[in-house]
Amino acid sequence: MLAIDGTLLDFKQLDLLAMRQTAIHRLDPRAKIITTLSFIVCVVSFNRYEISAMIPFLLYPAVLLTVGELPFGYILRKIIIVIPFALVVGIFNPVFDREVLMQIGSLDVWGGWLSCLSILLRALLTASAAILLVAVTGFPAICEALEQMGMPQVFAVQLLFLYRYIFVLTDEGVRTARARELRTFGKRGLGLRQFGSLVGNLLLRTWERAERIYMAMLARGFAGQVHTRQRGHFGRNEVMFVAGWISLFVLLRCYNVPQLFGRLLTGTLP
Amino acid sequence: MSHHIVEVKNLCHVYPDDTVALREVSFLIHHGESVAIIGANGAGKSTLLLHLNGYLTATSGDIRIGDAMLAKATLPEIRRTVGMVFQDPDDQLFMPTVFDDVAFGPMNLGLAAEEVEIRVADALERVDASALRDKPPYHLSGGEKKRVAIATVLSMLPEILVLDEPTNGLDPHARRQLIALLQAFHHTRIVTSHDLDMVLELCERTIVLHDGRVMADGPTLKIFQDDELLKTCRLEKPFAMQGCPICSPDKKPLPSQSPLVPPHSSKPHDHDHKH
Repeated sequence: MLAIDGTLLDFKQLDLLAMRQTAIHRLDPRAKIITTLSFIVCVVSFNRYEISAMIPFLLYPAVLLTVGELPFGYILRKIIIVIPFALVVGIFNPVFDREVLMQIGSLDVWGGWLSCLSILLRALLTASAAILLVAVTGFPAICEALEQMGMPQVFAVQLLFLYRYIFVLTDEGVRTARARELRTFGKRGLGLRQFGSLVGNLLLRTWERAERIYMAMLARGFAGQVHTRQRGHFGRNEVMFVAGWISLFVLLRCYNVPQLFGRLLTGTLP
Repeated sequence: MSHHIVEVKNLCHVYPDDTVALREVSFLIHHGESVAIIGANGAGKSTLLLHLNGYLTATSGDIRIGDAMLAKATLPEIRRTVGMVFQDPDDQLFMPTVFDDVAFGPMNLGLAAEEVEIRVADALERVDASALRDKPPYHLSGGEKKRVAIATVLSMLPEILVLDEPTNGLDPHARRQLIALLQAFHHTRIVTSHDLDMVLELCERTIVLHDGRVMADGPTLKIFQDDELLKTCRLEKPFAMQGCPICSPDKKPLPSQSPLVPPHSSKPHDHDHKH
């Protein structure tokens, strides 16, 4: 249970990474959001047995990671968290889809295996793009950019508050869990029953806090509108960043580059 | 200057569950005064504070801030005039960075971006927190959070500062720093606290609440010398006014020497939980 502590610290580190000053960090958040979104759309639009054509897409996360000077191991650990979920989605494919699509030596490769692998690769690509987006932009900046791009303010503010108070709330949750643990002496305590009141208690405390925050907002003249600074400027660098990456994505989406490359090397290009 | 007066007249407040929190509370605070409101837990301090900027509506009675009676129409102006610093800075700092938080008030006032910039810089400078400007609030220490929370209010240029338990949860150094900071302000200050030593240093006047009533209102020193009053209101003399238990000649046994209550627990540590 107390592992939450560690996860939380890790989360704060993601936030610290976003405060760095590299060429990627300095770009307007909107440019990074648009690029990441088109990256994700391109990756998920491949047909379900595709693997080789997706591999060049690893270039985008690799570039962000390098130019953004991010710690590889840390980001990798964040991405790996998502993989089991993708595995659950894909794990039954080999059971249901036994059509032989490929042969490696004398080994028959079922379509199910290919699609399962394809799902994993997609998960890896999209998760890394999303996590890297947060690491080079910062969550609050993403919210602001989404608002600038036309998302209703209610959602933007909702997300901002979620991000701000997730630390405070988990703290409270961890304290409650610790208090419980210290008095159950490694046993199960009262079992499931007490979790109801524990969670209920947490909800009530959250409620009270929400009320106090609202009070603090009113006391400072809040009248339904959260005014945020308009930061960032969509200039030439941003246009080049977006246009460059999107044309590369489209190119990679339309042509299977590894295959072309292979044909070129083996001289079977028509 | 009638401008900076806080007048509370026969204020009563009954919560929806029929708890009577305030009974006929009246007082008048002049410009530049520094007033402490003290009392035991549940005496009505927090309820009283929440009336001063109109978050709670009085069941009966009137509140006047400057020339304006507290009413729906005057609320925006009153909320600007009365800067309220809440007990838990985590409730007060809700924006992604310190800058955004301090700018929240001025932006709601509809000021231009350059003016906001100046006000934020000034406010942070006054609480000695300019270096924290771009940090997210959860990366700050307790003392820093408290100072930034004060800055969020200062940036609106209030005339009256209301502080709920300002020294709560601070270490001795941060507490000293905060007291020095508050002493330097020329605003009218209204402070609630269980930290009576701070009250002694900071406020020349004290209002004692007990059971929702004003039990005493007068010079701080005089109130702390009235043993009878303190006892009925479940209070104790500030440590600065108590003899040293080890070296004072008229050594009397501390009231707290039963084994369950170590001597330190007589320190006014308990939090004031609002309901």
